[in-house]
Amino acid sequence: MSDRVLLDYGSGGKASQRLIREIFLKHLGNPGLNRLDDAALIEDLSGPLAVSTDTFTIFPLFFPGGDIGSLAVHGTVNDVAMLGAEPRYLSCAFLLEEGLDMQDLDRIAASMGRAAADCGVQVITGDTKVVPKGAADKMFINTTGIGMVIADPAPSGSRAEPGDAVLISGTMGDHGLAILTHRQGLKFETDIQSDSQALNSLTTRLIREVGDVHVLRDPTRGGLATTLNEIASQSGCEILLQEDQVPVRREVQGGCSFLGLDPLYLANEGKFICILPEDLASKALEVMRSHPAGRDAALIGYVREGQKGRVVLRTSLGGHRLLDMLEGEQLPRIC
Amino acid sequence: MNLSSEFRDPDLCRRVLEQIQHLADSPFRFMEVCGTHTVSIFQSGIKSLLPENISHLSGPGCPVCVTHDLEVNTFLALAKMDLRLATFGDLMRVPGSRGDSLKKVQAEGARVDIVYSAFDALQLAVDNPSENVVFLAVGFETTAPTVAATVKVALKQQVENFFILPMHKLVPPALQALASDPDIRVDGLLLPGHVSTITGIEPFMFLAGDYNLPAVISGFEPLDILQSIQILLRMHKEKTPAVINSYKRAVADQGNPRARKVMQEVFKPVDTAWRGLGDIPGSGLSLRKEYLGFDARRKFEPAPLQPETNTGCKCGQVLKGKILPPQCPLFASVCTPAEPVGPCMVSTEGSCAAFFKYSL
Ligand code: SF4
Repeated sequence: MSDRVLLDYGSGGKASQRLIREIFLKHLGNPGLNRLDDAALIEDLSGPLAVSTDTFTIFPLFFPGGDIGSLAVHGTVNDVAMLGAEPRYLSCAFLLEEGLDMQDLDRIAASMGRAAADCGVQVITGDTKVVPKGAADKMFINTTGIGMVIADPAPSGSRAEPGDAVLISGTMGDHGLAILTHRQGLKFETDIQSDSQALNSLTTRLIREVGDVHVLRDPTRGGLATTLNEIASQSGCEILLQEDQVPVRREVQGGCSFLGLDPLYLANEGKFICILPEDLASKALEVMRSHPAGRDAALIGYVREGQKGRVVLRTSLGGHRLLDMLEGEQLPRIC
Repeated sequence: MNLSSEFRDPDLCRRVLEQIQHLADSPFRFMEVCGTHTVSIFQSGIKSLLPENISHLSGPGCPVCVTHDLEVNTFLALAKMDLRLATFGDLMRVPGSRGDSLKKVQAEGARVDIVYSAFDALQLAVDNPSENVVFLAVGFETTAPTVAATVKVALKQQVENFFILPMHKLVPPALQALASDPDIRVDGLLLPGHVSTITGIEPFMFLAGDYNLPAVISGFEPLDILQSIQILLRMHKEKTPAVINSYKRAVADQGNPRARKVMQEVFKPVDTAWRGLGDIPGSGLSLRKEYLGFDARRKFEPAPLQPETNTGCKCGQVLKGKILPPQCPLFASVCTPAEPVGPCMVSTEGSCAAFFKYSL
């Protein structure tokens, strides 16, 4: 195979076959995918299913704590898990730019294979397209996940109720800051790692061992603040967030104050919000903290009647202010 | 969140707040000059904790907010030329007179790169020798020295495709203009911590000397701000207006002479227009003769749109502390962070944006 991705590899001919066998089947293969039929046959799922799709574009492709491949698996697996489901199968479509380094593609496919195996899902169908140089930035990956819903009723952003407690599974902002600080141009010494990880085994335990989970949501783009605003407006209630209870790593806090960013708005790829009746909170925290993905779990706030759709922050000093959604993306400040 | 820093310690802050309550026995109007202070006051909830007797006004200390319409129109005109702009992220959404912004012209094909320092912009020029790169040089004394140092390096390395659009502004002349305005009733100033690291305390001494205005160079943590307010109140009580450096852990009284030297080698002070404040003598910086080759205005001669005079934006009044943002008739109705009319709403450090974002 060539050491670069050529337009030929997306032609559907022999070159495509080689790419599929030598890269994708090598790392992602399983009996279903290996059949190479036009569609995948699923025989073992029944009952309500959860389906989610997402397209991943990220710069740089490799970042501390992960890469676009593992991210594309974790992101979709987590979205399926947030509906109270056990993710089982993934589809995976690659859009590659002509000239992409074949070794990078190999590394990324291998990382996807490992991530999928770790969270117990199989890639059962896929697609590859190659576009001329310049028509896309290196590579995009689309993944669709399917899982069986195990919670009844399924958690939803619209089910937060006054009297519920708001929990978070760990520290905020790690992914967002790790990516920002590794973008070209920002010379900023840190060893902050992305928190990219699958959350399905922890959410499954919460549902099975604690039950009555009202909301599960992963605060990805827009971070905790934006996600809580979405939940408050979907549920038509007010959320009170206690600033001093929100876990933020010291390095992330430091990087944020240096750059004029707010960790509450930074993206996370391996954390989730769990909202459930207050009397279940300590049990839920116990379960979360006993799991590696929830070691730093904390109770960070409450749902109350208040004013529909708004999030109020109680600051560490005891003052109150609005915690609004972000307008556009967060950009580092001038001075 | 991490509270271990003593400057965020809630108990200490509470004690200072109690003393503030005790000292604020009549109404006071304080102005924080710097946008970072504005945001910190809102973000930390200080705003909601201060006694009602104390009103806090935001001054002209957000570099984006004071960038004049004509300057915005100039860089938008440059963006439409065959060159590459390098800018701090803050400027991306600032509206020009026709509602354009760098974000919008970028979507139409203009090449705009967000950088984190002037050196990164220079590197962009070095890496792309076939393109002309223009760095949008905004900011106060805090950023001007690095830009000056970058221009010196560019000259030494004979980089011929690197330019800057100088839009720097100097804080002390603006405060001079404010202090001498008879309409402005301010009882004290929080002076900008970052700017002071360069200028030192001396350029602010006139506030107490000529205008009897107490002023405190303040850090940005909640405790810094509360202590500075407490110092202002005490000076009132004791009738001893002075300029005090209470940010000694970062600001040396004499500032940073090396940074000032580079700045003076490359730039010279000129009169310049501030948004909302008008022309202020000696408050801008233009390139000295030896460095004029780096001036994007001279090289490309952009033809900016003449600013519209009547957008209804009251940024000027806000920046002078004459009104609070919600008193602007456009606030939160016509003017929002999604569709900002003025830069005070677009800048993350603008006081209109802070009111919009944080007020309950
Ligand atoms: S609310 Fe908008 S229009 Fe009014 S002063 Fe502020 S920025 Fe200008």
